[in-house]
Amino acid sequence: MTRRTFIVNAAVAAALTMGVASAQQVLINAGGATFPYPMYSKWFAEYNKKFPNIAINYASIGSGGGIAQVTAGTVDFGASDGPMSDKQLAEFQAKQKSAILHFPTVLGAAVPAYNIPGVTVALNFTGEALAGIYLGKITKWNDPTIASANPGVKLPANNIVPVHRSGNSGTTYIWTDYLSKVSKEWETKLGRGQSVEWPGGLGGQGNEGVSGSIQQTANSIGYIEIAYAIQNKMTYGKVKNAAGEFVQASLASVTAAAAGIKDMPEDFRVSITDAPGKGVYPISSFTWLLIPSRISDPVKKKAIKDFLAWMLADGQKMTEPLLYAPLPKVVVTKELKAIEKIQ
Amino acid sequence: MLSFRRKAVNAVMLSLTGVCAFLAVGTLLFILGYLFFHGGTSLTLDFFTKLPAPVGEAGGGMANALLGSAKLLLLASCIGVPIGFLGGVYLAEFGGSSFSFVVRYVTDLLNGVPSIVIGIFAYILIVLPQKHYSTLAGGLALGVMMIPIAIRSSEDFLKAVPVSLREGAMALGASKAKTIFTVVIPAAKAGLITGIMLNIARVAGETAPLIFTAFGNRYWSPGWEQPTAALPVMIYTYAISPYPDWKQQAWSAGFVLLMLVLMINVFARMILSKRGHAAR
Amino acid sequence: MSATAPTAFETRPSGRVYAFWQRLRSGDDIAYVLTLTCALTILAITALLVYELYMNSTLAREKFGWSFLARTKWDPVAGEYGALPFIYGTVVTSGLALFIGIPLGVGAAIFLAELAPVKLSNSLTFLIELLAAVPSVIYGLLGIFILVPALVAIEPVIRAALGWTPLFSGPFYGVSMLSAGVVLTVMIVPFIISISREVILAVPTEQREGALALGATRWETTWNVVLPFAKKGIMGSIFLALARSLGETMAVTMVIGNDARIHTSLFAPGYSIASVIANNFSEASDALERGTLIELGLVLFGLTIVINGLARILVLSTTKKGAS
Repeated sequence: MTRRTFIVNAAVAAALTMGVASAQQVLINAGGATFPYPMYSKWFAEYNKKFPNIAINYASIGSGGGIAQVTAGTVDFGASDGPMSDKQLAEFQAKQKSAILHFPTVLGAAVPAYNIPGVTVALNFTGEALAGIYLGKITKWNDPTIASANPGVKLPANNIVPVHRSGNSGTTYIWTDYLSKVSKEWETKLGRGQSVEWPGGLGGQGNEGVSGSIQQTANSIGYIEIAYAIQNKMTYGKVKNAAGEFVQASLASVTAAAAGIKDMPEDFRVSITDAPGKGVYPISSFTWLLIPSRISDPVKKKAIKDFLAWMLADGQKMTEPLLYAPLPKVVVTKELKAIEKIQ
Repeated sequence: MLSFRRKAVNAVMLSLTGVCAFLAVGTLLFILGYLFFHGGTSLTLDFFTKLPAPVGEAGGGMANALLGSAKLLLLASCIGVPIGFLGGVYLAEFGGSSFSFVVRYVTDLLNGVPSIVIGIFAYILIVLPQKHYSTLAGGLALGVMMIPIAIRSSEDFLKAVPVSLREGAMALGASKAKTIFTVVIPAAKAGLITGIMLNIARVAGETAPLIFTAFGNRYWSPGWEQPTAALPVMIYTYAISPYPDWKQQAWSAGFVLLMLVLMINVFARMILSKRGHAAR
Repeated sequence: MSATAPTAFETRPSGRVYAFWQRLRSGDDIAYVLTLTCALTILAITALLVYELYMNSTLAREKFGWSFLARTKWDPVAGEYGALPFIYGTVVTSGLALFIGIPLGVGAAIFLAELAPVKLSNSLTFLIELLAAVPSVIYGLLGIFILVPALVAIEPVIRAALGWTPLFSGPFYGVSMLSAGVVLTVMIVPFIISISREVILAVPTEQREGALALGATRWETTWNVVLPFAKKGIMGSIFLALARSLGETMAVTMVIGNDARIHTSLFAPGYSIASVIANNFSEASDALERGTLIELGLVLFGLTIVINGLARILVLSTTKKGAS
């Protein structure tokens, strides 16, 4: 091309790139729970499509990571499926000189997924059975405690391999919270927490690692968020709820678990495991974003607040394909008001 | 005459050693072959050009991880190579005292530090005070890992330059510094450059120090102060996941990483053997 | 030239300053200071590393003291931690790697140094040394998807042959200390081969010829004469390989099973120090857990210092003797 054409083209290109560069590129770093990661991953991608200059980089490092890193200030916000304890709230206050706010995002379910050669149906598990497996007291798949709930299913006499989470995990918190409610022995021996003194079994890194472990280890069972089980076509069981029914995790059963909340506390920290009522899936839980109440960067603050508002409106419409239940209307209203607390 | 038993033992043991050697070589060939068939054949252009897709959805690539790794290695080299090289010059040219012995010992110590501990070090030193993960922290961690190797290899190659060259320069009236920089270093050029290449290849595959420093990023990482994706970390994350698409990408990434590392190694060693130096 | 303007000779600085300036210009001192600074930087970095590790593990060290090394509990809820299961896992997997790797490595080195024709030896060594360049995460990848299923497949054979020992008892799930040990073997064998081969090659031919002249077979010469001569160097290579395997993180994390308990059987899962740090550090729930993990890092660092120190001593004494 001629020299003049080249100069004109270069000038146009420069103008275009300058134009692109001038729209402020915001990169927000977040990290935390793997439980809602499939949902968050979709949300942040959709939000980025809508607002291409806002990129929310979420690293699925586990709820423990979300709490630890937001407390250390190395991420802009965190995420956890186990609400922060009072001690952790105090530590955040001490380190960051401000409070940390919990924002529920969706409702999810922790399901017992398993890999038993020859068993393709959804097994029925009582709370006692699940506690026994993870306590190491029920060691074989054809143990009477499991078999009695599953008449007509041929269970092999193989050793059960329980898979738990290595590290601090909100999913572990949900699981142990439920087991503490249904098994006195569990409550006294191991208790509830993001990590407990597991009596045995294998450890997986994140919901992803546990799912991978279950897939690769015959006769294993592990607790994972239902989205992981669905996305990877894994078999998972039904759990007996407080009303005595064996319920499979689904949009309906998880929504029902939250329907029974009489009073959502101001800080949104609540447990809905083993909720009473018919059709309730007992191992359901909210999952929260952990947002500092004071964000110094005004650009990031606006982006985060806008995202929260979007999440409570458009975001809630995207949850169903991934089998996360949307938040109850009552909670959404309360949260929209709570966004104002972010200074 | 030699007893049958002794002959038999001789034959058996010697063939066993041959088996050992071919087992070792066979392992390498197996690794290469498997990675090629599993990862190489399914390598698409998308892998090199696209960003990762949302979890559970197929598609996407590792473009940001490739760029991230490149930036990390560049930063690591800028830190590790100058310090290591000049330290090696010190040991080779001004060394000989007990201080040099201490330096060598500490270098070996630093070399032996597990990479995960270096990651903790970089996290405490840079990530915590800066209050964010960054390419800078990752680059520093890798740079610290490069220093001991750079010192040792620089020292070895500089020392391998014949004394006669040095003496000739000095006889012509050159100062020590002039001798080092205009005679010795150019003479050791091939070894020094290959040393740098091998160093980079070794550090390119390091994963552990990056977990707490570069953190990971699903998007492009602008500049040096933001978290970044890196190829080895992506391989690890994808490999332990349950998603078949991710696992396939882990193989492809493993193939790319292995090819990169092996090509640098082969190239460097070929240069060395041409120049007649022993392959290190 | 004007008689009033001073000449360059007259305006030059006086003796000692001038001499200093000349020296500076020649660059010797600059070069010395520059390179010395870099050498000191290494010392500074290492000192800083040890200092940071020590200071940041204070909480844990003060709470547990030396008994940390002997405790087995890992209970984040109660804040009780112990290092023993991880030390055990690290030592057992590395020990297994050496147990398999030493005969394999030294055997291959003997073949390459004594038996193979020079060209074959060089090309094979070249290939084997490439194995040392393969990144750890790729060994992990291969470990998960090839080694573990392969071990699961041949488990009945192993159990039939060795199941009578407590080392191979109990159920086998694939990920285990055995898998981790085998992966580590593949990773350290190239080091053993490479260094042992050089050491064996350095043994003077007179030694071999002497033995052969006395009627020994090739193998007897190697076993009774060459190897003892090269012993120190080979031991050095083993210690180096050990130091490397102790700190190995990714490949082990992916196949060891992450179970923080002590099992006697190699079929059982385990946990190594590097793995627990890699898995838990970002997620440490409080300062105590973080301090504990950093203290574990210090323990690992200490282990590698000791092993490296031993290796250095061995290598030093071999170079003094002349058989490098």
